[in-house]
Amino acid sequence: MTAAVWGVVIASFLACFVEMVEATTIVLAMGFTRGWRSALLGTAAAVGALAVFTLAAGYAITTWLPESVLQLAIGALLLIFGLQWLRKAILRASGRKAIHDEDAIYAKEVATAQAAGSGSGGIDMFGFMVSFKGVFLEGTEVVFIVITFGLNAHNVPAASLGAIAAIIVVPTIAALLKRPLSMINENMLKYIVGLMLASFGTYWSIAGIGIFRAGHQPLLWPGRDLAILVLVAVWFGLSRLFIAALRTPKKADETREVVPS
Amino acid sequence: MKYLKAFGRFWYEFIVGDDPKIAIAVVIALALTAGALAVSLFGDTGLVLLGGVLIVGAFAISLVIDTRHKRS
Repeated sequence: MTAAVWGVVIASFLACFVEMVEATTIVLAMGFTRGWRSALLGTAAAVGALAVFTLAAGYAITTWLPESVLQLAIGALLLIFGLQWLRKAILRASGRKAIHDEDAIYAKEVATAQAAGSGSGGIDMFGFMVSFKGVFLEGTEVVFIVITFGLNAHNVPAASLGAIAAIIVVPTIAALLKRPLSMINENMLKYIVGLMLASFGTYWSIAGIGIFRAGHQPLLWPGRDLAILVLVAVWFGLSRLFIAALRTPKKADETREVVPS
Repeated sequence: MKYLKAFGRFWYEFIVGDDPKIAIAVVIALALTAGALAVSLFGDTGLVLLGGVLIVGAFAISLVIDTRHKRS
């Protein structure tokens, strides 16, 4: 595998890993408080809905969008997505935004689940719906990342491989530990993913500008795929500069975020 | 109509998120790069470097606006 393919696999794995950690926290909270049957049925329904969504989105994108438009449009979306992650990572690292805390989120989900009344019938609809919504929303981000990475890198299998590995690894660890994966530095992972999405997004969206010239050929970066490494270094350097400049006297870990984002 | 609005809101929040400045910054940077291509300002290398600088600069400006606004 080339460095670019490894980059796609790793970026896809890390992005999906983060989303899976968040989805797993919600399912664990519902499973332990509202019952595993409703939590797992909600999860299965969300996975089914995601499969249909992936097939429909993949078919629509590859059928109706010319490749050059795809590179620009999807590259721009990936760039916006990546810069949103990077912005949050910079604000968290400099102490201007509360740090994402899986333990606190888990405790909040459990408290909400315990406060909700119990329904009648075989399936607990509260546990089902919260699990469904959590898995579907986090899963949509996974699908978006896999489709954008896969199509733009002309390697959907590589992007899928990274995602599937994360989808297997996270629930397996959570099932073994029987608790949320709060020991994982999720904020650091989100920072790394933000850097990678921003770098790949910059590369593809600018290359896609070539659709506006005669022949519609993409703009060529000097050094081709190696330019992605330079972009990673640029985004990393800029983010460190901002973290240093924006750092507040209050330590970043004094605040904890209890709303998933 | 209600579901259509909810669908549109979901995608807006999913892509644009809580800070539309970044989406605006990216669109402006790419539009300027496309403009430079249209007037044949540079070759490929010059255009990708210009695009990269514009995106990095636009992100930096949006973050500065964001943090200055929160400070006041």
